[in-house]
Amino acid sequence: MEDVKADRVIDARGSYCPGPLMELIKAIKEEDVGKVIEVWSSDESSAKDIPEWVKKAGHELIGVFEADGYWRIVVKKTK
Amino acid sequence: MKRIVILGGGVAGTLTANYLVPKIRGEIRDGNVEVTLITDRPYQVYEPGFLYLIFNRLGEAELKRDIRELLDPAVNIVIDRATKIEAENNRVVTENGVYDYDYLVIATGARVVPEEIPGLKEGGHWFYNFEGAVRLREALAKFTGGKVVVSVMGVPHKCPVAPMEVSFILHDFLKRRNLRDKSEILYTYPINKIFTMDPVVEMIQPMFDERGIQYKTFFNPLEVDAKNKKIITLEGEEESYDLLIAIPPHRGAKVVEDSGLGDKGGWVPTDRYTLKVEGYENMYALGDATNLPVSKAGSVAHFQAEVVAENLAAEIEGIEPTAMFNGKAFCFIETGWEEATYIWFDYYTPPQPVMPSKFVHFVKMAYNKAYWLTARGLL
Ligand SMILES: Cc1cc2nc3c(=O)[nH]c(=O)nc-3n(C[C@H](O)[C@H](O)[C@H](O)COP(=O)(O)OP(=O)(O)OC[C@H]3O[C@@H](n4cnc5c(N)ncnc54)[C@H](O)[C@@H]3O)c2cc1C
Repeated sequence: MEDVKADRVIDARGSYCPGPLMELIKAIKEEDVGKVIEVWSSDESSAKDIPEWVKKAGHELIGVFEADGYWRIVVKKTK
Repeated sequence: MKRIVILGGGVAGTLTANYLVPKIRGEIRDGNVEVTLITDRPYQVYEPGFLYLIFNRLGEAELKRDIRELLDPAVNIVIDRATKIEAENNRVVTENGVYDYDYLVIATGARVVPEEIPGLKEGGHWFYNFEGAVRLREALAKFTGGKVVVSVMGVPHKCPVAPMEVSFILHDFLKRRNLRDKSEILYTYPINKIFTMDPVVEMIQPMFDERGIQYKTFFNPLEVDAKNKKIITLEGEEESYDLLIAIPPHRGAKVVEDSGLGDKGGWVPTDRYTLKVEGYENMYALGDATNLPVSKAGSVAHFQAEVVAENLAAEIEGIEPTAMFNGKAFCFIETGWEEATYIWFDYYTPPQPVMPSKFVHFVKMAYNKAYWLTARGLL
């Protein structure tokens, strides 16, 4: 799972809540159904807030992976 | 001769000029330094006043001042629209001229882009610029009850607390007009809480509950169906309304985008302490124009202007610029027609709201009048 190839990577490291989530929301609006989007965030609350939003919006959470000092949150647009 | 160009005549640009000039007046008088402020409107707007204008508590005339009245007479004023900042040539191109600089200050603010939400222009209202506020004042005066949705359609936006304030004042406005029983107020926010800062949520959410102001979170409008008066969200929800008060999405200034100086949102990448534009030794940015993780608020522009003015003066005098911005912000929060609280915070200190009171509200009302002294650099 960790090596799923993302179609788009959003590097939101250094940006604070709600920056990373808002960037993902923008990307979801722009991308086609089926695309995989990966958000990098150094703000720990993103690792919780983003999956919560993905669930509410009905997309698929592929995973939340901890990298060196940041989190990689991988999401698939399903609708 | 050294040329300092300040782009933008809002709070940030005006205050920078007014703080800077007294520090280097001798140099200006001797012809060693020239300070030029370029702005595209001959007047400045006191935007916080829009919150009162829509309820007919302040008039248009009170919210506008001629920029010449506000600026130190030693500043050259150019009323013109900049079309391009040519950072590699150290010059600003305007519709009618070209201005070379040794130092540039970018203070071009933020703009609302309601067109990014299809249907919003036709179906909604906002109070984030003059035209919108005047139109909303009319709609509120004619409102006879129904469902009002106050919807934050993008982050960041100017004055983060204004959507909560408008909800509170609206509640009292409707009560005073005997319409509250016939009305619903729904506040919506894009993330999973009603505001970004937890201490503020802890104070405000129970106050919403007490007043019967409803709220929805994780609410990201995709479009407005103006005909059927409905908001459709990215989360797959629909919300109907009779009156929509939107906080439209914001972007940085067009000239910043057209010059390739902005990030994806059109915000200028800025050092959070020195306020220098990243990658440029002779360019500062402040106010709403920056990408900093601080509120887009006039008070922030004010504190930043002190830092930029001090550092520019040091550079002119050949001294190392050492002033640093510490993230300070101060915001009043109106929690009703006649009561308010306030918060202050910085990079190191989270906000701690105090109990709302009439006193704080009257201080804010007084500040609304005194603001023009701040702009002149006096208060
Ligand atoms: C409804 C509302 C309520 C608010 N309430 C508060 C509050 O209670 N407290 C608070 O602290 N803040 C409040 N604010 C926020 C505050 O008004 C802004 O943060 C502040 O105006 C930012 O100042 P600025 O100088 O950075 O930008 P602006 O005031 O937007 O000024 C930018 C200037 O640059 C000029 N400009 C832009 N592009 C060009 C160009 N290409 N060429 C030439 N000139 C150009 C513009 O004409 C403008 O004069 C509120 C805002 C709104 C909308």
